[in-house]
Amino acid sequence: MLITQLKSKDTIDTLIKGKTVIINCHGCKEVCFPEHEAAELQKELSATGNIMEVITRDYICNPDNLRLQLQKYMAKINASDIVMVFSCGVGVQTVAEYLEDKKVYSGCDTYPLPGFQGVTPLEFACGQCGECYLNYTGGICPITACSKSLINGQCGGSKNGKCEVDKDMDCGWERIYRKLEKMDRLDTLNYPAKVRKFWNPDADPPKVD
Amino acid sequence: MKLTELFQRGEFVVTCEVGPPKGFHIEHLLHEVETYLKDRVTAVNVTDNQSSVMRLGSLATCKALKDKGLTPIFQLTCRDRNRIALQSDILSAAMLGIENLLLLTGDHTRMGDNPQAKPVFDLDSVSLIHMVKKLEQGEDLAGNALEGEPPKFAKGAVVSACSDSVDVQLAKMERKVKAGAEYFQTQAVYEPEKFIKFMEKAKQFGVPVMLGIVIPKNAGMAKYMNDNVAGINVPQEMIEELKKDKEKTKAGITGVEISARLIKECKQYCQGVHIMALGWESKVPDILAQAGI
Repeated sequence: MLITQLKSKDTIDTLIKGKTVIINCHGCKEVCFPEHEAAELQKELSATGNIMEVITRDYICNPDNLRLQLQKYMAKINASDIVMVFSCGVGVQTVAEYLEDKKVYSGCDTYPLPGFQGVTPLEFACGQCGECYLNYTGGICPITACSKSLINGQCGGSKNGKCEVDKDMDCGWERIYRKLEKMDRLDTLNYPAKVRKFWNPDADPPKVD
Repeated sequence: MKLTELFQRGEFVVTCEVGPPKGFHIEHLLHEVETYLKDRVTAVNVTDNQSSVMRLGSLATCKALKDKGLTPIFQLTCRDRNRIALQSDILSAAMLGIENLLLLTGDHTRMGDNPQAKPVFDLDSVSLIHMVKKLEQGEDLAGNALEGEPPKFAKGAVVSACSDSVDVQLAKMERKVKAGAEYFQTQAVYEPEKFIKFMEKAKQFGVPVMLGIVIPKNAGMAKYMNDNVAGINVPQEMIEELKKDKEKTKAGITGVEISARLIKECKQYCQGVHIMALGWESKVPDILAQAGI
């Protein structure tokens, strides 16, 4: 099991700067999603007039399923500036890869819970680290895509774009940099030095209904 | 003495790296340092379990060098310690009168001689620099006050100047500068033209950069580095040059010549040189003499 918890309204406000499509992922039995709080928050956000569409689907972590589910919304998505995803880290990464030219942001942090991890067909990994970095990294997770889980950029160990630990593995930070470069969004890397929180005392405890 | 003070005075700073032994007997290391490096280099840089190979500690070795009248640079990696241990070691360094730091992420544990070890990486190089800066401001990373006068260091960092993804390295370098890095040393350079191009771009950050030199001991070592070490490319002509060395049994003279030549070609573009001798400390005086330093 895992729990997704909404990022604070302040954080989300800083991300929604333009026409936005929201994608919620419900229905996955492995994830405890704050449906009520998300609906309240999204109602508030809709009052700003930026929200073009709120889509609620399940298993967006499956790329084929995601493609089919988004088909009828693609005109709106193409016309939007931002796609805000409320799901676990795997869902956000799947959307970010599928909509590769879009600003795809995560509205949630993902926490682990002991127990059944389900049969979700994973293309991506989510470390369930409780502090989702995908909004800084073009939707590529530095915790799982980098052998050292670095959150402030590439180490000196990458060679020909490959990781020092596993020469078959792409350097996560090379991927992050290239994606941001392609999107003309390298300015995203101007965030102040981040210090990883392994336990997040600032966050409210994850809520379970 | 802090390296930053020397850079500010416009001095060309020369440092040499030494690796502590795999054991606790450092007589040989001290002998090499006193014979070949004392009075010839500004400071001696002590590796922290380099390449993830377990060795005598950098901090203890720094103290031994200081006792011999040398200026040590304490290398500290994020691989082996969480933030509590890192901060504690920084305070220990301050207590021992060590004023120069080189702050690194560190190689992965899988690269070394204890590959079963858990890699820590609680912090990374950027947040480590940020942490030291906070200690200098009188509080720890969590915001708790330190007792008494806070420590003050020269905070160094590394960058791969000839990396095949130099733009990604420059982005990290910028983050390090913003976090508080005050000087840089580079990974080994064998391609001066690439280094000069790198320096043109790095100039914007306004921090001193020291050219990194690894003495190329022979053609085999050069090929090994090309295959295995990130950010290093020894050009084919240089490998051919090293092969001739063996034929003429000049035993390392070519490596000395190449190192000196690289320094001469690059020195007007940088603020210092950092020599990684890898056991060939005895060649350092020759290299510096031939390079006109």
